[in-house]
Amino acid sequence: MKTIILTVKVLLGSLLFSSLSLAAGGGYPLDRAEVDPTDKASLQRGVRYFQNYCAGCHSTGYQRYERVADDLGIPHDLMMDNLVFDKTAKIGNLMHNSMDPAEAKAWFGVTPPDLTLVSRVRGGPDWLYTYLRTFYEDPSRPYGVNNKVFPDVGMPHALLELQGIQIDTCQDTSPNERDPLTGEKVCGLSVDPQRKGSMTPAEFDQMVYDLVNFLAYSAEPIREQRKRLGIYVFLFLAVFLVFAYLLKREYWKDVYPQSRDNPPTA
Amino acid sequence: MGSKIMAWVDARLPVTQAWEKHLSKYYAPRNFNVWYYFGSLAIFVLVNQLLTGIWLTMSYVPSSEAAFASVEYIMRDVEFGWLIRYMHSTGASMFFVVVYCHMFRALLYGSYKAPRELIWIFGMAIYLALMGEAFMGYLLPWGQMSYWGAQVIISLFGAIPVIGPDLQQWIRGDFLISGITLNRFFALHVVALPIVILGLVFLHILALHEVGSNNPDGIDIKKNKGQDGIPLDGIAFHPYYTVKDIVGLIVFLFVFCGIIFFFPEMGGFFLEHANFEPANGLKTPEHIAPVWYFGAFYSILRAITFEIGPIDSKLGGVIAMGGAIAILFVLPWLDRSPVRSWRYKGIISKTSVVVFAFVFILLTWLGTQPATETYTLIAQICTLLYFAFFLLMPFYTRWEKTKPLPERVTG
Repeated sequence: MKTIILTVKVLLGSLLFSSLSLAAGGGYPLDRAEVDPTDKASLQRGVRYFQNYCAGCHSTGYQRYERVADDLGIPHDLMMDNLVFDKTAKIGNLMHNSMDPAEAKAWFGVTPPDLTLVSRVRGGPDWLYTYLRTFYEDPSRPYGVNNKVFPDVGMPHALLELQGIQIDTCQDTSPNERDPLTGEKVCGLSVDPQRKGSMTPAEFDQMVYDLVNFLAYSAEPIREQRKRLGIYVFLFLAVFLVFAYLLKREYWKDVYPQSRDNPPTA
Repeated sequence: MGSKIMAWVDARLPVTQAWEKHLSKYYAPRNFNVWYYFGSLAIFVLVNQLLTGIWLTMSYVPSSEAAFASVEYIMRDVEFGWLIRYMHSTGASMFFVVVYCHMFRALLYGSYKAPRELIWIFGMAIYLALMGEAFMGYLLPWGQMSYWGAQVIISLFGAIPVIGPDLQQWIRGDFLISGITLNRFFALHVVALPIVILGLVFLHILALHEVGSNNPDGIDIKKNKGQDGIPLDGIAFHPYYTVKDIVGLIVFLFVFCGIIFFFPEMGGFFLEHANFEPANGLKTPEHIAPVWYFGAFYSILRAITFEIGPIDSKLGGVIAMGGAIAILFVLPWLDRSPVRSWRYKGIISKTSVVVFAFVFILLTWLGTQPATETYTLIAQICTLLYFAFFLLMPFYTRWEKTKPLPERVTG
């Protein structure tokens, strides 16, 4: 048993330095998005928002309509009627869009990337969740908006009508600075009261959360399945370990400490 | 009936003889400790890579247009494709974890010393082939890090004087990394190098079974044989070590499956985030890092930031990196100690091997980080210590006082 514990320690030790990952990213602090792949309602809203607000420019071309519909519990006819805009597409098709990449490049300076895997590219959903909520007014940019997480991004504020336009009140102060008495942020992004969107800030946050939840799902659709399977594998290994250890102990009774020239007295 | 068939086969092919020589009558020292699991674990991971690799090949498309999408096809549309792929990607990293532990075991107990020099050299050749195998395999998903990692490593050959640039082009098969490079790496990864590795593993084990296994005491168990000619401290590999290794394997599988099912990206170290983006020759990632298992040598490469006479820093780095690998091959002749195991070596040897392990882990970690001024300085100190460990070994191992060896194995 001691050797087993030692083995575990050695293996874990050799992996430890691997887990000392430094959080990637620029300066802007990221808000946490605790995605929940079991929240079907959120995922269904997410795919609806994606198809309505994002899919015009961004494809999710590595996944299929059918898989998304099945995983998210959307009946095929509802999916085809409401979420598949390409009327030539079949349910088994990949989720491409009709934007021509070359023209898109001319319009935006860069072709809008495919977003199937964007959550994994960005090392998790937090980046996306923060990025989509930190567009703010900047007249120096071609679309009149800039982004805190991705400065000088080529993308316009696609959710403007929902969020309204945000103003950056931090001019000379750091966005991390807090009031020493109240602990509240001194400045930051806030929606211009004159130019509100159709959603309240709380509704908008929930909407972005749903969208990000969907993108986290689409980056790795089998995430829940693998965790579930992993538990069964662990249970199997635990049982296997007991029997393997008993077998080993039985055989090793022959291997007494002083070996064959000094058998133990019965 | 069964014995008749075996006799018939044995008269034509030495099956029973091979079984006995390599398993049921191969007498291994009885005092193996936890470090001795990694040999059989390496075989397990090798088989895992071969089997999952075969199944991946069934759905993977080796072309610059389709490679990336075919990996996602495996992850989504192929039944249990995600599992096969994670087993392969986790297996690649765990192969190096296991091999590094296996090599460190040899370092601790002097398993490379006479008469086991050839075992060590075959082992080093396996390690070298494995690095090539892993490097070429990493290009195949055709992600950003596949592309730019390969770009960095192939450009190292460009540092070689006179033939460098032509050599680079010859390796790529193109003026830049392209589908041609991808296809040839696929051929080498899937056919050529696995054959080389299997051949070398065969030689590694054959050479081991010729001279017998070392043990944590580093003493020769064949000196004390019983009436039957079997070493008194030896036990048959099968069944004793086969049943023991199964226990070790299951413990290893807890870690291995833990990664596959719960942390397949391993925080971006086993599957790098940037590699979920398709390769783009026009867009350089902010931070190009090789996969963690090359980290130590990559750090040594980057540590040479200065010119040495006519050698510029790039060529100097390539030489240092090559030297760091090459010096491992001559290790058996650097160690002049009369004893094998660190248990009976002097305090300098004991300290050095611990410091070396620490330095290697630190270099590995530094290799995955951006090169800041402080990190570069630490990498330079570590590089110095890395080489000092080997280059000073002939002196400290000869001069230091060793402890007397026991007559029989302990523990």
